Amino acid sequence: MTTIERARARAEAGERLSLEDALALYEENDLLFLAACARAAKERASGRSVFYTVNRHINLTNVCSSNCPLCAFQVEAGDPRGYVLSLEALEARLASARAVPGLSEVHIVSALHPEEPFSYYVEVVRRVRAALPAVEIQAFTPVEIVNFAKMTGRSIESILSLLQAAGLDGLPGGGAEIFSPRVREIICPKKATAAEWLAVMRTAHGLGIRTNASMMYGHVETVRERFEHLLALRDLQDETGGFQAFLLFPFHPAHTRLGEEYHLQRVGAWEDLKMMALSRLVLDNVPHLKAFWVMLTLPIAQLALGFGADDLDGTIGEEKIIHAAGAQTGTGITKAKLAAMIREAGYEPVERDARYQAVAGGAR
Amino acid sequence: MRLSAAEGARLLREGDLLALGRAADEVRRRRFGNTVTFLVDRNINYTNVCVNECRFCAFFRRQGAKDAYLLSTEEVLAKVRETVEAGGTQVMIQGGLYPDLGLPYYEDMLRAIKREFPQVVIHSFTATEIQHFARQAGLSVRETLLRLQAAGLDSLPGGGAEILVDRVRQRVSPKKIMTEDWLDLMRTAHEIGMESTATMVIGLGETLEERMEHMERIRALQDETGGFRAFIMWTFQPGHTELAAHGAAEKVSSWDYMRTLAVARLFFDNVAHIQGSWVTQGERVGQLTLAFGADDAGSIMLEENVVRAAGTRYEMSTRKMVELIRGAGREAAQRDTEYRVLKRF
Ligand code: SF4
Repeated sequence: MTTIERARARAEAGERLSLEDALALYEENDLLFLAACARAAKERASGRSVFYTVNRHINLTNVCSSNCPLCAFQVEAGDPRGYVLSLEALEARLASARAVPGLSEVHIVSALHPEEPFSYYVEVVRRVRAALPAVEIQAFTPVEIVNFAKMTGRSIESILSLLQAAGLDGLPGGGAEIFSPRVREIICPKKATAAEWLAVMRTAHGLGIRTNASMMYGHVETVRERFEHLLALRDLQDETGGFQAFLLFPFHPAHTRLGEEYHLQRVGAWEDLKMMALSRLVLDNVPHLKAFWVMLTLPIAQLALGFGADDLDGTIGEEKIIHAAGAQTGTGITKAKLAAMIREAGYEPVERDARYQAVAGGAR
Repeated sequence: MRLSAAEGARLLREGDLLALGRAADEVRRRRFGNTVTFLVDRNINYTNVCVNECRFCAFFRRQGAKDAYLLSTEEVLAKVRETVEAGGTQVMIQGGLYPDLGLPYYEDMLRAIKREFPQVVIHSFTATEIQHFARQAGLSVRETLLRLQAAGLDSLPGGGAEILVDRVRQRVSPKKIMTEDWLDLMRTAHEIGMESTATMVIGLGETLEERMEHMERIRALQDETGGFRAFIMWTFQPGHTELAAHGAAEKVSSWDYMRTLAVARLFFDNVAHIQGSWVTQGERVGQLTLAFGADDAGSIMLEENVVRAAGTRYEMSTRKMVELIRGAGREAAQRDTEYRVLKRF
């Protein structure tokens, strides 16, 4: 058997793919074959269900000491566009979140503010918990956690435990980018390293904190580096089982130094769906794959349901980071619209909570 | 074995998107291998004045309105010149149904273009316009087409077909050409040696059976004449038109669009080229049509007032187009109107 024949046979049978298998399938580029295999894998993992949830995103600050070339969101300290969400403003946001029917998750992701003390972030979590006792708090990427550890001199474990005690349930899984040190040196040299990112996740999983995992592609990485990244995630998942869902972030080059310097274009929808399918196939041990419609646009997110995705994520109210990078999708969508898109793709819409359990009263 | 319209409707209703896509892609691959073609052309909208006032049109103006316009032959020539300079090989001249221009206006325009730019292919005028010209001149459609052909008209775009079922047409554009007239006009054009494309717009409130009836009518005429070069399909763009404001039409999903495109490839065993509409669907959906049976990416339009007026605007340079085609693992080639490859990238 040639490499590609073996890879196709494994993909079709739902067997574990090696790095060489994944590369061969990528190279062959039989898009709808990959889709069919990925869809079968999705159906083994989550049957006919496709999930969505009602969530809200809060970005606490855009002032960042990391200054990553990939970033369109951050500003430096002293920049007039910089902001830190005050606790009063947070309370106002929480009051309006309380009025959102069926709210399941609050996502909190922010820049690495050089001065804001760790106590501020703990207080934020405490207040969210107090205001929304039943809502899952998914907050802070491993990059932020590492930053808190450095700022306070505490261990990762102690930081995570303090946040957990304040009410944190899960980590949203961003900041992974591409693990290759060669790539990180170019796209985010000051950010937490791959080893640090993975160590935070390992520790979180050990503490019973659920997390997602992610990859940002379509910049200066090679295809091999993408799959090495996925395999590192798969290895950790074999060890801990703590990743709930995987998200792909196609790189939006607009308004970023990285995009400008390397003359990068947003990769096409073909590439997005191909990576969707291959991620589903390679990450055979991660239960859910999100098609993040804010990134993909709704038409492509719907098609992603044929390429292995089983979660359309949320009816997001307001999101700043991706829109700063030029995503042109709207910032909100109704449940009815998401449910209709899912039904049309032949699946059953399930409004989920943060543990992928059906929410009573959700569209079924 | 030829797919029947009933079988097509069943596939539209229950067919599996990926299975249909793979079957359509296999047909495409056998005919066209790894090449994806595109055209460089320009739309020239010589007037936005229209007596029809169709409900789904965001483009038309009444005669005498502040922003109503009519281009002179010089203005049209200037646009053709820009097209040639930008590497374009074709112009698509279309406009509203102007109340009182007379056939010589169009003949003069065509002659002037051919005189200065004999190499440019004139692929122009919708069936509705031709019918309007004929009525105004008191000529038959055949006589009108012959005169336009003699003046330089090479080819007819298949626009204005919408859905070739009168129930739907009565609802969305009661003043536009009806089904039999559209088909007769295309038949006549093909008979005098003027080829055309065929189009379909979905999302006008048609049933799946009506979509297949549309395809069936085109396939049957193609059996007779062989004059359709391509079948092009897009979704109705609600934008800010009256039809959308009344909730009479909703935007067709990408899922539905891809499935219908794949069925079209499987159904049209006698029309060579199947084209998605990158201009209306956007480059992201456009690129993916290449996985669902499309072999052609349509044109890089240097100007498209009609689409822009409805709130959709997708500018695309040759470079971008080539990159997207390559991104799908295919080889990009610029073609002419007749699908002859002019340049490979
Ligand atoms: S990506 Fe995150 S860490 Fe890097 S500059 Fe932006 S906000 Fe800061």
